[in-house]
Amino acid sequence: MAARIHGGAGAGAATALSTFNPKKLVAPSRTNLPAARSSKRCIVAAAGSDASKSLRVGHSQKLIANAAVATKAETSATTGTGHELLLFEALQEGLEEEMDRDPHVCVMGEDVGHYGGSYKVTKGLADKFGDLRVLDTPICENAFTGMGIGAAMTGLRPVIEGMNMGFLLLAFNQISNNCGMLHYTSGGQFTIPVVIRGPGGVGRQLGAEHSQRLESYFQSIPGIQMVACSTPYNAKGLMKAAIRSENPVILFEHVLLYNLKEKIPDEEYICNLEEAEMVRPGEHITILTYSRMRYHVMQAAKTLVNKGYDPEVIDIRSLKPFDLYTIGNSVKKTHRVLIVEECMRTGGIGASLTAAINENFHDYLDAPVMCLSSQDVPTPYAGTLEEWTVVQPAQIVTAVEQLCQ
Amino acid sequence: MAIWFARSRNIVSSLRHNLNLSGILSKRDYSPRPAFTNSQLSSRSVFLDSITSLRHESTAVEKQHDLVQQSDEEDVQELDFPGGKLGYTSEMKFIPESSPKRVPCYRVLDEDGRIISDSDFIPVSEQLAVRMYEQMATLQVMDHIFYEAQRQGRISFFITTVGEEAVNIASAAALSPDDVVLPQYREPGVLLWRGFTLQEFANQCFGNKADHGKGRQMPVHYGSNRYNYFTVSSPIATQLPQAAGVGYSLKMEKKNACAVTFIGDGGTSEGDFHAGLNFAAVMEAPVVFICRNNGWAISTHISEQFRSDGIVVKGQAYGIRSIRVDGNDALAVYSAVRSAREMAVTEQRPVLIEAMTYRVGHHSTSDDSTKYRAADEIQYWKMSRNPVNRFKKWVEDNGWWSEEDESKLRSNARKQLLQAIQASEKWDKPPLTELFSDVYDVKTKNLEEQELGLRELVEKQPQDYPPGFHI
Repeated sequence: MAARIHGGAGAGAATALSTFNPKKLVAPSRTNLPAARSSKRCIVAAAGSDASKSLRVGHSQKLIANAAVATKAETSATTGTGHELLLFEALQEGLEEEMDRDPHVCVMGEDVGHYGGSYKVTKGLADKFGDLRVLDTPICENAFTGMGIGAAMTGLRPVIEGMNMGFLLLAFNQISNNCGMLHYTSGGQFTIPVVIRGPGGVGRQLGAEHSQRLESYFQSIPGIQMVACSTPYNAKGLMKAAIRSENPVILFEHVLLYNLKEKIPDEEYICNLEEAEMVRPGEHITILTYSRMRYHVMQAAKTLVNKGYDPEVIDIRSLKPFDLYTIGNSVKKTHRVLIVEECMRTGGIGASLTAAINENFHDYLDAPVMCLSSQDVPTPYAGTLEEWTVVQPAQIVTAVEQLCQ
Repeated sequence: MAIWFARSRNIVSSLRHNLNLSGILSKRDYSPRPAFTNSQLSSRSVFLDSITSLRHESTAVEKQHDLVQQSDEEDVQELDFPGGKLGYTSEMKFIPESSPKRVPCYRVLDEDGRIISDSDFIPVSEQLAVRMYEQMATLQVMDHIFYEAQRQGRISFFITTVGEEAVNIASAAALSPDDVVLPQYREPGVLLWRGFTLQEFANQCFGNKADHGKGRQMPVHYGSNRYNYFTVSSPIATQLPQAAGVGYSLKMEKKNACAVTFIGDGGTSEGDFHAGLNFAAVMEAPVVFICRNNGWAISTHISEQFRSDGIVVKGQAYGIRSIRVDGNDALAVYSAVRSAREMAVTEQRPVLIEAMTYRVGHHSTSDDSTKYRAADEIQYWKMSRNPVNRFKKWVEDNGWWSEEDESKLRSNARKQLLQAIQASEKWDKPPLTELFSDVYDVKTKNLEEQELGLRELVEKQPQDYPPGFHI
């Protein structure tokens, strides 16, 4: 499945890269990251003396600036630089760049060292940085997560890998009570700049314990941020941003997306952790999604376009906190919302997002918010059963038709 | 894995020589030469199966010099397994669940405060000894007064360290200020030693605006980045894997410091204890694990907590050097912790110290320990096995301390504490913004909204909010 990028953070970053100077830039956003600020829904004045403004890219600029990123229309980058890689390689590149940049960044997890990680995200890093900095740990998720927290409180910036996100349920106490809380309970005396990452989501017949959607369970924990990557571009950008963040960030990767191929910029860039990505602008309906479901939505979008609909697809990316600014602007435009997620119906990201949209944008809705989720069942092994638990493009098309009546 | 049912050594040795049975356990083929008939082995059917299957394989006999070593004195040969070489024996012997003799504890001072002759210990100067004693006594006064304050309803909760003053102060005295301490919750003495003032303790207990924790944690959950003392987190043993992480961090940065972490006897049942020790050993991290074995985990006596000989024997299970110490002997604790610290830093390895002691006080102010243990047991430990009195005798015998010093110290400490409590009580609690700050480095939109909402609510109806509720 080709990664199809439409503007959003991709374009913003590409434009900003020419003036990218980490020292000068102070993002006006809520974080202190010099991130490429994504498109706002307004045309911003051209870069003035205020360096931060140069990061804000208006919508009008996004497609032109999208030179370095392969879109569906372009098969080869005629506009020059960029290199093609797979999503797991993008993650690895981001991680390697950050490890080069800051000696405090280290990696820990099971089989991340010479084995290179079960999905090869840490391949080659142990050879380059040594096996203390890319640490193979014994099998105890609570322990190595706790270890990462202790190391972070003492000044390192660990990237903790869960071999599968589902295993991090064993680390729940450390993540909730310590990772999320210690900055607060210590009165701000200790920071915990960890990144917890790993593959999650429903794969191909991996069984229930390996098909967990941990974002459901973690979303309540105060003090953590959660982001989900879906393309090689945003995977690398989010990985870098997560490492640089002073907050603990959980980066959700998806088991089935590691081999996506895309051309990404050669220049350095990072993605904003709290921003959603505009995948396809439209007028009729807002479809909110993230991670693998983005691709199911885009597939449905093709069918919908043929049927005469114009869906606006947003990859929410930031699962905690939600980018209600981008989402809100979209709702105000289209007045109809469909959420497509892989989480289960009860207590998932979609449930929270539905509540947030209803609370904040009730007046703008012409129809109730619809949410397509997996059923409240453990993911079965049998292929047909598994397929029925994941939202399919056909269901999305039907839902849109229903909402747009 | 072949199971040996050797009834007599003869059969065994003939098996060993003729069948080269080590070969069964490796994957090589060889030709076994039967040295006995089926009838001899009729009762050893499992064994028989593995033998007969090999009898019919014929390959050239290999010289297995590198695999099998035959020692002269004993019938011990060595085998190759992942993990290295090990000997094997044909005697089926189970390692007993406990040693006939318990691991002795290391002690320097007897109950009368006199140094046991020929003791191995690190000498303590007058200045250091006096300071240690002063801090132990101050800790006692602090425990007493804060406990009373809780009983009077001035603070909501408190945990005392009564009976464990030696572990607290002597261990702190043996560390360097750069050593990072990860406490459980019964080690405020370490913070006291490092310079935390009585006022700062009181501020945390009252959760006022001067509290370094900004009023976010229950009393006794002290934390100070200035003194390298990690904020106490209530769940038990979670600090142990974190200590492995701190050790890892110090190792990476090649610092001349170690991580020191405390745990009680009950906490060693937690999974994190085992994982934390294992990790520290594998990482070769400079961590000193100090277990305060005080006999009780709330109402659970150690006989109901584990069946091993305490905690010290567990160290070897993880490949960790360990020692059992008389935790009520300040000099022994000082020497042991000091040595352990040096080992941890210079050899880059974890060390486990089990400090035997007794929890004289209740688990916390929410507990009444007379409900599950005899009052005279508590009295005995309080009066006859008191660590503070014992150390005092030694300090006094050296002529370094007098009764006058004693009364002056205690009355001063008491006065300071009462003043500190009175001041803490009066000071404002943290303002509303502190409810929402430090969740993240910068507030998220939803937190900003929530703060605004709360602020509006309070401004509209100030009478519904308690006095001292500040915006």
